[in-house]
Amino acid sequence: MSWDRKHLLDIESLTREEIETVLDTARAFKAVGERAIKKVPALRGKTVINLFVEPSTRTRISFELAEQRLSADIINFTAEASSLKKGETLRDTARNLEALNADLIVIRHSASGAPHFLARVVNASVINAGDGAHEHPTQALLDAFTIRERKGKFEGLNVTILGDILYSRVARSDVWALTKLGANVTLCGPSTLVPKVFEKMGCRVTHNVEEAIRDADIINLLRIQHERQRKTMFPSLGEYSSLFGLNKERLARTKPDALIMHPGPINRGVEIDSEIADCARSLILEQVTNGLAVRMAVLFLVNGGKGPTQVTG
Amino acid sequence: MSEGSVILNGQAIQRALTRIAHEIAERNEVSEEVVLVGIQRGGVPIADRLSQALSSIWSRTVSIGKLDVGMHRDDLSRRAAPNVQPTVIPFDVTGKTVVLVDDVLFSGRTIRAAMDALNDFGRPRRIQLAVLVDRGHRELPIKADFVGKNVPTSLEESVVVRFGEQPGADEVVVQKPGKPQT
Repeated sequence: MSWDRKHLLDIESLTREEIETVLDTARAFKAVGERAIKKVPALRGKTVINLFVEPSTRTRISFELAEQRLSADIINFTAEASSLKKGETLRDTARNLEALNADLIVIRHSASGAPHFLARVVNASVINAGDGAHEHPTQALLDAFTIRERKGKFEGLNVTILGDILYSRVARSDVWALTKLGANVTLCGPSTLVPKVFEKMGCRVTHNVEEAIRDADIINLLRIQHERQRKTMFPSLGEYSSLFGLNKERLARTKPDALIMHPGPINRGVEIDSEIADCARSLILEQVTNGLAVRMAVLFLVNGGKGPTQVTG
Repeated sequence: MSEGSVILNGQAIQRALTRIAHEIAERNEVSEEVVLVGIQRGGVPIADRLSQALSSIWSRTVSIGKLDVGMHRDDLSRRAAPNVQPTVIPFDVTGKTVVLVDDVLFSGRTIRAAMDALNDFGRPRRIQLAVLVDRGHRELPIKADFVGKNVPTSLEESVVVRFGEQPGADEVVVQKPGKPQT
């Protein structure tokens, strides 16, 4: 049990023990969500600012509910309705928010490194809710939590991440988290979207989907991010679907206990067939439930001060 | 195997828990109303042992829950986040006599947090407190109903309870300042 960080900025700099601390803590918070009264006073009197400069629905809602369940006071700040549109810099926005005595800032930003910058200029704790194509640490933590809950371990587990890796902060965070925890990670997708350079992160890269999913225990599908895509990356969504989409035929050639994950939002009929998304082997909705528990755990941990973790009394 | 002075060995612990079980039975005549809730982590194995003793006195199974008070502590922003364990209360506490069980009673702040946490699960008819060791130094108006042993300590000392780790190796030790904690 070890956590003395003020911020959660990325997975890359975390140790295996720190990741396991988040997962262990999240178990306790998941139990809170199963009670009649789903609220605890852990962040009572604390102010959390959700600074979502890049649009987000599910991550923002998940963080908001996590904060409410911890009894924090919340201010939501979105790009569309903010002074950022009027030319204010991130530093000035942050300092203005801090003048409100915020204790924690949850930031989603289209620029990689924005949370790190924020952590340097404000006194509040900063949690990265996704920065550009860099990292999405709470997504990786909830993926790891879901895998551990279902498979019980990471050692020797084969995890295949299939799809749009190049633009994916989820893939980067997942690779860091899962390799640190001892899983064997394979990345797969069209060669334009899955460059070999990812192997430097300690995972395997292949462009052969049949081979990538054959021995997988977990298949984590990533959405094709049309909005970030240049047209030249692959010919069409239809072609992507037939070459790399997870359909019934492909699923039949995987291990019978292989489980399917997806960070959402899913594009039915592109990276995943509709009926597979709803089948018993799909963990997609469990991921949403677990995301709430993991975000409560992260908020709880970064809110802690310095001092011993053992308590008496 | 232990540093410091042993104030309760395995046999003495067992005798104390048997006595506490009889005191609980004496105080609460309607056994169906009594449930035990161990406070994570030290109170949980003690609640298990008390449940066994009570079950044989009453010839019925006495339910046990586990309660973590980490999310309800009053010092969360003054210290590193505590290690929180799952809370499992597999029964409705409303109308029950809940006996909270912990290993060491010290400032009383854990018990205050426990009563707060329990509140979220219902409205017990009454709450009682059983502890293996009362070491004094209360900071809140809280008192145990059932005590294994009163142990006067100085604030610098620490009380270490080893319980349920290895059979026959249970003990309570008071360590002087400067000795490494386990």
